[in-house]
Amino acid sequence: METNETPLVTTDGLTKTYPSTSSGRRGDRVAVDRVSMTVRRGEVYGFLGPNGAGKTTTLRMLLGLVRPTAGTASVATDRIGALIEGPGFYPYLSGRDNLRTVARFRGYADTEVDRVLERVDLAARGSDKYKGYSLGMKQRLGVAAALMGDPELIILDEPTNGLDPAGMADMRALVVDLARGGQTVLLSSHLLAEVQEICDRVGVINGGTLLLESTVAEMRGGSSLRLRATPEPVALAVAMRLAGDDGVRGTPAGLSLDLPADAAPHLVRELVTAGVDVHEITPTERSLEEVFFEMTAATREKEPVS
Amino acid sequence: MSPLNATRAELLRLRKWPAVWITLGAWLALSLMFGYLFNYLSYASGDTSFSNEGATKDSLLAEMMPANVPDVLLQGMPMFGGALMMVLGAIVAGNGYGWGTWKTVFSLGAHRAGTIVGSLAALTVFVAATLAVWLGFDFALSLLVATTESQEIVMPSLGSVLESVGVGFLVLEMWAVVGFALGTLARGPALSVGLGLVWALVVENLLRGVGQLLGWVDSLTAVLPGTAAGSLVGSVVGVEPGGEGTPGVLDTVAGPQAAITTACYILVAAVVALVVVRRRDVA
Repeated sequence: METNETPLVTTDGLTKTYPSTSSGRRGDRVAVDRVSMTVRRGEVYGFLGPNGAGKTTTLRMLLGLVRPTAGTASVATDRIGALIEGPGFYPYLSGRDNLRTVARFRGYADTEVDRVLERVDLAARGSDKYKGYSLGMKQRLGVAAALMGDPELIILDEPTNGLDPAGMADMRALVVDLARGGQTVLLSSHLLAEVQEICDRVGVINGGTLLLESTVAEMRGGSSLRLRATPEPVALAVAMRLAGDDGVRGTPAGLSLDLPADAAPHLVRELVTAGVDVHEITPTERSLEEVFFEMTAATREKEPVS
Repeated sequence: MSPLNATRAELLRLRKWPAVWITLGAWLALSLMFGYLFNYLSYASGDTSFSNEGATKDSLLAEMMPANVPDVLLQGMPMFGGALMMVLGAIVAGNGYGWGTWKTVFSLGAHRAGTIVGSLAALTVFVAATLAVWLGFDFALSLLVATTESQEIVMPSLGSVLESVGVGFLVLEMWAVVGFALGTLARGPALSVGLGLVWALVVENLLRGVGQLLGWVDSLTAVLPGTAAGSLVGSVVGVEPGGEGTPGVLDTVAGPQAAITTACYILVAAVVALVVVRRRDVA
């Protein structure tokens, strides 16, 4: 996937608050808090966060569906396709007629409808009523509407919701294919394996705040070693001497050490010298999921209890 | 994304929507029943139906003749015609929120004002088309009755037909656009239809009753939409002394004033829908 540094989407201090009367007190609930993010042309940008983190509200502000309370959002193209928080279509119309309606709104010929139906593999069911579609078919129809007119930027909010494993794989392939064709994809998801697999860069949002924006590789950091050894206290002391106090974490599967794979022989020698029995040592890479949970857990711990 | 594109898109989805045809069909059925069926049964049986108490056979027959089509066209509008058009407007605007279709359209870059103008234009096309169909239907039925009863066929003047069509359009369009505004404000069809019907069929009538006791309420009722629609129709078809004529047909205000009030409601309701859609967040 070829990307360049030119930003296509930029937000600066984007904030959205809603009036709230929780706990009987009037106040503002901050849904999105000073989010500054950049999506570059040609990249697949993963927008990560748990449910209620502020992803959809941020995307809505990008599309002008919701007005920001503060800050700005700019998109350097008007060729945008989007699927926000599930598809919305007329239940009494067929899939094809729903897309024809969208095509008319946007001034496209009906041939465009057939093209996008083919693209999401719905051509054979295009004449069926939308209300009879499965959740996955509805989702694909939503993506088809977003693809209409060959947009430069495609914003997909949880596009794999409701899809079976095969459908999810198809959707991932479609996103990769779009990126290969030079289109920029902004993909919101809480399915981390999906994002790890297809995204170039990610932004992590939690509690309305953007915690991090980086490449997937940077976010996952370097590799680590997983160690199972006895006695554990002695093993821990050796591990901390080599990896540093912050470089060792206890996990259910043993100790996790922030050391590269080629440090394993030296570690084993040090452990044996210290009288430790090494049962297992495995080079591992941290998954996006692990990093994500560490980040969001740290944020949760900082949040005041209300 | 121009209003013309939006109109074409809205026409496509409206003409394929069964709810639209059911609503319009209900109006045509009610108009048929109260305009011709009950009158003809009453005439043919020599009895008087509940809606034609005291009418002579000759007057019943005269009401069904082609010359009377301009009046028959309008008679049902202040009551059920307007109410059904309000239902139509409310579902056209309101259902899009429940189904998420406005969100889909706006998230694909649609200009909000252009979209609403297009939707109102499509609604107007349906109002006008329904009126035209019902006019043709009226003529066909009246000709059938005249032929069946071996009556001389006397057609109404073009001027009176055009006057009725113009008045009918104003009344139906007003209720349709008011329904559209209600559907927009309520972000759904159920509340807007319920409130609209209660207002049109109950509240205004109650207020007119209270108006006989309180002067300021009487003044208020003169500017209400139901009064305007009823008075506008009344200025064409006439109102029987003592208010015993067609329900909803009034002589509260003069025709020109009623026409201006009706047109103002169309304008205000359209502007309200436009401003609300432009300004508020789309959930």
